[in-house]
Amino acid sequence: MAHVANATHNEDYLHHGKGLWSWMTTLDHKRIGLMYFLSILVFFFIGGIYALLIRTELIAPGSTIMGPDQYNKVMTYHGSIMVFMVIIPGIPAFLGNFLLPIMLGAKDVAFPRLNLASYYVFMLGAFISVTSLFTTGVDTGWTFYTPYSLQTKSGVILMVAGAFTMGMSSILTGLNFIVTVHRLRAPGMTMTRMPLMVWALYSTAILQVLATPVLGITLLLLIFERLFGVGIFDSTLGGDPVLFQHFFWFYSHPAVYIMILPAMGVISELIATFSRKTIFGYTAIAYSSLAIAVLSFFVWGHHLFVSGQSEWAGILFSFITMLVGVPTAIKMFNWVATMYRGSVKLDAPMLFAVGFMFLFLIGGLTGIMLATIALDVHLHDTYFVVAHFHYVMVGGTLMAFMGGIYYWFPKMFGKMVNEFPAKLSWFFIFLGFNVTFFPQFILGSLGMPRRYFDYLPEFTALNRISTVGSYLIATGFLIALGTIIHGLIAGRKATANPWGGKTLEWTIASPPIHDNFNKIPVITAGPYEYR
Amino acid sequence: MSIAKTASEHHHAHHFESPEKEFIASKEGVWLFLATEILMFGGLFVALTIFRGLYPEVFLKGATTVDWRMGALNTVVLIFSSLTMALGIHYFQKGDRQKAIISLAVTVLCGAVFMVVKYFEYSHKLHLGLAPAKFFTNPEMANIEHIKIYFGLYYTMTGLHGAHVLIGMGLISWILYRAIAKDEFGPKYFTPVEGVGLFWHIIDLIWIFLFPLFYLT
Amino acid sequence: MRSFLPPQASTFAGQWDLLYDSLLLVSFLGGAILIVAMLYFIVKYRRRTDTDKTAYISHNYYLEFLWTFIPLLVFLGVFAWGAYVYYLQRKVPENAIEIGVTGWQWRWDFQYKSGKKTTNELVVPINTPVKLVMTSGDVIHSLFIPSFRTKQDAVPGMYTMLWFEANQLGTFQIFCTEFCGLQHSNMLAKLKVLPQNEFNEWLSLSDSGQGKAGDSPAQRGSALYQSKACSACHSLDGKTVIGPSFKEIFGKTELLSDGSSALVDENYIRESILNPNAKVVKGFTPGQMPPFQGQLTDDEITDLIEFIKTVK
Repeated sequence: MAHVANATHNEDYLHHGKGLWSWMTTLDHKRIGLMYFLSILVFFFIGGIYALLIRTELIAPGSTIMGPDQYNKVMTYHGSIMVFMVIIPGIPAFLGNFLLPIMLGAKDVAFPRLNLASYYVFMLGAFISVTSLFTTGVDTGWTFYTPYSLQTKSGVILMVAGAFTMGMSSILTGLNFIVTVHRLRAPGMTMTRMPLMVWALYSTAILQVLATPVLGITLLLLIFERLFGVGIFDSTLGGDPVLFQHFFWFYSHPAVYIMILPAMGVISELIATFSRKTIFGYTAIAYSSLAIAVLSFFVWGHHLFVSGQSEWAGILFSFITMLVGVPTAIKMFNWVATMYRGSVKLDAPMLFAVGFMFLFLIGGLTGIMLATIALDVHLHDTYFVVAHFHYVMVGGTLMAFMGGIYYWFPKMFGKMVNEFPAKLSWFFIFLGFNVTFFPQFILGSLGMPRRYFDYLPEFTALNRISTVGSYLIATGFLIALGTIIHGLIAGRKATANPWGGKTLEWTIASPPIHDNFNKIPVITAGPYEYR
Repeated sequence: MSIAKTASEHHHAHHFESPEKEFIASKEGVWLFLATEILMFGGLFVALTIFRGLYPEVFLKGATTVDWRMGALNTVVLIFSSLTMALGIHYFQKGDRQKAIISLAVTVLCGAVFMVVKYFEYSHKLHLGLAPAKFFTNPEMANIEHIKIYFGLYYTMTGLHGAHVLIGMGLISWILYRAIAKDEFGPKYFTPVEGVGLFWHIIDLIWIFLFPLFYLT
Repeated sequence: MRSFLPPQASTFAGQWDLLYDSLLLVSFLGGAILIVAMLYFIVKYRRRTDTDKTAYISHNYYLEFLWTFIPLLVFLGVFAWGAYVYYLQRKVPENAIEIGVTGWQWRWDFQYKSGKKTTNELVVPINTPVKLVMTSGDVIHSLFIPSFRTKQDAVPGMYTMLWFEANQLGTFQIFCTEFCGLQHSNMLAKLKVLPQNEFNEWLSLSDSGQGKAGDSPAQRGSALYQSKACSACHSLDGKTVIGPSFKEIFGKTELLSDGSSALVDENYIRESILNPNAKVVKGFTPGQMPPFQGQLTDDEITDLIEFIKTVK
């Protein structure tokens, strides 16, 4: 053995090394995962406060609690924080970091030092973005469309530089995961024996590595354009502002799948465990993740149906977008089929999985409506779109994220959370979510455009319902936070496998030892062998 | 030698079974990283293609302001540096530390020559007022429609490439430091050298595309 | 007519609504199959004991083929139908009348072939195809007419187009749907559909016929203040919106951003309308106001000045 065995070898990872410094310099993927968790939690609550400010302002037409300039900034920060600092890193960087090596039977990710570096790069990016708050602020929306983003306040440069830096972190994490999946699988862990969570993370990592560099160069160009004037996005110099949208969505559409694919992985795990049944159509679910990843590179133009791109391009993008619906539908049907003749238990994590199915279904079906090019011409940039992507990103990703936290909490901390408040948090989040966002489908169909500080009086009633719903969601998340904190302090001790899961993380202690496995396991069967 | 880890006794990280596996994984990581570099420059090449197609005459006019001899000199310098880089890795593999160090030093030197030539090119242009759009002051070129896009792309692409050359020089210097002061590399362990080498080759490759697109028309 | 869609007022709005309704129905049915099956399984196969054994079913190619192939067919059908309605939305009839549209922060200018110009008011004849040729003077805007089920971005440096044929008389709402800054949500315009003869009559009125004939210059100026969207940035009650308020502004001496000062008289107002960045009042950002050179006649500028004199 090349490395030195030390006395603390069998201590759990939370106590392997003491003090803040041992956390800040840790190379342990589990600790890095938890550091992401804490940071993302903080960002999530900041983003959530912005969301409540938006909804409170929109409780009545006209100016309620702020002016249009403040509103535009609040709306921009809500979007940017939630997208770049919460949903994109949420599942891969936190749950993925914690679980990927364990699920593969490895002691760590391929490049532990790079992993820690990605965390600090992420925090640096977040810091740069947030400093823009103390300058003039940013009021472009999280999409930074040119030429508005070239003409407005200078805070744009900081925000964009921050997003660029966080993108680098995302690339490094993805790169690390790909190599880990290729090179660090335990003996016998063939690709088709990997848990579906790993397949989802693997597909996500491919997207992170291939799509993010294009965002990187787009954001760099935006910065250069503002500082020196490159000209390619500036129509007064002969450039094309719509080119920015092509570049931006070439990344940002795959980014939507960076946000949702890991959630689908979580759901696969939850449904298998809480139905106590082998997953139905493993191969189909695994390859549909890859199919979604590949197709997602060819659908960016569906964000530009009314931007002035050619009609034929629009029709082609509409066609390819429809194809993405197929692998998504396959997953949904397979999950439901997994429950058939299972032994279904509605513990809190499973409630979130069921909630995911319901909300993501609505998000997906309205996605088909938006992909239908004629319908999009009317619905584009209205509240219908706002409702649609919240159903996908919040209804989908955040529900899975919450379910995943409750599910793996015992493994991470060796303690259980109380079931009742966990279920109560689900109730408020699920109910509040529908109350908030369902009326927005109607608002959008009626024609209320998005990013409106003020609206016509006839939209008042629906907006008011939506605002009430947002407070219900906030209540739900506060209950969830309380549940988690209570679990950390006073939760009863968790066994190694409290839910009856079959993947590798449930074969080791809760919390795991520093090296995950004393002896690398040899894999002889698939991941969901409930016989 | 009193240094902890030397070329003859390199350890591999504990989560890998063997040094060979670690080497393969590291190399795969480097290749993936290079893929992201190519995709990033890819975006710029797409922009360049679009605007060359839209305003071909602008690129003809623009190319008259750059000196193809300078560009050609830099191309030769970089191609030569790729050779010395490859030699450096080769000598480490053979265990010939001295020659390896010389090869790498020559590589850094070539990078420096490249940057000096670039400096003269840039300062000459800026002197003529052929700056990016916000600082463009050249009176003769000002009336050519869309000419600023040529310079916008020229500075962005060669500038980003130049930044990569600087980073590459930094990385090779770091390898040199580890080789000279710590004697870390040898036939058994040369992963970082190989990784940096691949990075350096990609930088050369990108220049080989930039040269004809901006200098020759 | 349903309560969740705006009125149908263009020729393709009916087709659009049919597609929308059909998709809602199909989505509801498809979604219901999935949700009902899921809820049924959750109840029927709920965990009874902690040692429940479950069936080992790894896959079923027949079923999987069905739920791959059937959604594919449905999605392709939806795509084709969508493409057809899109064709109706985008194929401009040859006899369409053309109106130029320019989006500005934050107003819509409409330019008729007859030379007539309006701001924030698009007037079109009924049962006549109309083609809008659109561009923008600053950032990207998007013209959205919900009742007509159509929208299109207005992009600086290029022309985009949009067409419709109104089949209902009345006044309809126009929104800007591409985020364009501070007053994005106030960038509203009205679309008036008139019978052909009334439209012709309206078109023949001169530009300064914005106000009623026989109005005083100040009254005509007041109409221009609304129609040229001065009101979006210049208040009448002393509040600062984007530009200085018009309240009691005439005759005042303003401190300028370059440190000098200027008396607000007829010439200052005229210059500020035609070339707003020449003398910017201290505390305001240059470049916010688009120049109105060529947008207003001398008579109209005079009317506006008369109006501003009356704002107390």
